[in-house]
Amino acid sequence: MALTRSQTRTVTRIFWALSLSVVAVPFVFPFLWMISSGFKSATEIFGQLSLIPDTWRWGNYIEVFTYQPFARQYFNSIYIACAVTGITLILSSLAGYALARMRFAGAGLLMLFLVSALMVPEEVTILPNFFLMKWLGVMDTHVPLILLPVFGPHGVMATFLMRQYFVSLPKELEEAGKMDGLSRLGIWWKIALPMSRPALAAVAIITFLFSWNLFLEPLVFVSSLSNFTLPLALSNFTDPYGAPLWHLQLAATSLAVVPILIVYLIAQRQIIESFAMSGVKG
Amino acid sequence: MTDTTETTARKPRAPWLTLRRREAIEGWLFVSPTLIGFLIFFLGPLIAVVFYSLTEWNLLSQKSTYVGLANYTDALRDNPDFWHVIRNSVVFAAGLVPLNMALALGLAVALCRPGKGVVFFRTVFFAPVITSAVAWAIVWKFLLQGEAGAVNQMLAGIGIDGPNWLREPNWAMFAVIVTRVIKMVGLNMILYIAALQAVPRDYEEAARLEGANGWQIFRMVTWPLLAPTTLIIMVITTIGSFKVFDHIYLMTGGGPENGTLVLAYYIYEQAFEFFNIGYAAALAIIMFVIVLALTVVQLLLRQKGSS
Repeated sequence: MALTRSQTRTVTRIFWALSLSVVAVPFVFPFLWMISSGFKSATEIFGQLSLIPDTWRWGNYIEVFTYQPFARQYFNSIYIACAVTGITLILSSLAGYALARMRFAGAGLLMLFLVSALMVPEEVTILPNFFLMKWLGVMDTHVPLILLPVFGPHGVMATFLMRQYFVSLPKELEEAGKMDGLSRLGIWWKIALPMSRPALAAVAIITFLFSWNLFLEPLVFVSSLSNFTLPLALSNFTDPYGAPLWHLQLAATSLAVVPILIVYLIAQRQIIESFAMSGVKG
Repeated sequence: MTDTTETTARKPRAPWLTLRRREAIEGWLFVSPTLIGFLIFFLGPLIAVVFYSLTEWNLLSQKSTYVGLANYTDALRDNPDFWHVIRNSVVFAAGLVPLNMALALGLAVALCRPGKGVVFFRTVFFAPVITSAVAWAIVWKFLLQGEAGAVNQMLAGIGIDGPNWLREPNWAMFAVIVTRVIKMVGLNMILYIAALQAVPRDYEEAARLEGANGWQIFRMVTWPLLAPTTLIIMVITTIGSFKVFDHIYLMTGGGPENGTLVLAYYIYEQAFEFFNIGYAAALAIIMFVIVLALTVVQLLLRQKGSS
């Protein structure tokens, strides 16, 4: 029996939804498994596949905080990410504004210079930076974790993004500001910044996540437990013999991932757009 | 006294601070925080690493001696580890980039038009991108444990006897590549969706009127229009795959039998575990050159494509 047109369409649609669902399994399952295993005992994690624990061990989530200063490490990650984001927003919008809107000798060259820096991986400069930080006496502090992301390739990309956005803003409003006697700084603060909310949001989102997920830098610059950031803390749940404490590690990982996931679910459109914007233009 | 003498007497000299000079000074002031930080924490170190690479310097000996290009010849000629590492990095990139891009394009085509469920699926495929690589690697390390791991339990369910993924060199590389693709593909998917949405509808309509089917439209109209995006994605993804560190560090530690020892991990190991500063610096410069070459090649390709 031949199908009608609308029936064919329905069949195609179901086929699409089914195949996408199958592809989605390795994207979703790790999260579900992680959260459910955080409630299991170490033996049960590998005992069976069921996503529902036999007994819910809420105690895991308390032990996470007593095993190492997890609350402190959590706070470290939050405040470092906020500091990096704040400083990056100010510096990148200042520099981006000047590069987009002000005429001065060397601006073009400077732009080229900065953009070429995007090609240099952090791994290349981390060794001299290690000695620089040692010389400055800031090893095992959070100073390198704030300075390097702000001034590394990521900061350059933020500057570049802001510049691209400022270039596209209409000039007339600025002229009006000039008429009203605003200084350059005033124009930047009172006119340019309020008009660039989408770009600022994009830079803020990717910068926060970038800092939050940083691993190599904390690994190299930080050594004491109370100065750890979350990514380091997560890889540190081992017993004295180096064997992983699975249940604690997964409970801690859930605690680190779930808040970000919730924020993502609420603001997913904005977050995805931010990445699209930075990816296409950076 | 007449008016004219007064005006000539008061004729102002051109002020030093012209509007143009003023703007230049302000411009440099605006960029100076970024520029100074960039010079200190980025350009300075980049120059320093070149000098380090010309020295023999073990942290324990506390002093460095100039050895010329010895570190480079050591890497390129004398040390077989180096070529093993390069081979691993190339295998990683050669496996990851096509897989990532094909999957990203497929998902983007499926999800570029508004419809029921599209937002849901986009959210799902993008979620690993914002998750920290550490969390992702930790969870997959568990899922891929020998017999007890969830992946092998599932495979057993359909009668397949899975390998001990992270303990066998070839399977470990495969597992690392696939889990990395799942983590990062959402980003490329989004870039492709943005590009697909910018494809003018008229072109497709015209092709349809000529009697082209869906596949022909994609091949003859959409795909050529995506070429610039494809190249950009290729640059970003290839460079990203040469820089992969955290994923390897946490899932395999470079093992088993150095089967997943890639360049970024090797540099870290030489620098911060064995403290071979000069050798590590030479490796870093080699990495820089590789990334630079990749970028230049692909920029040239892009120019050729657009002309």
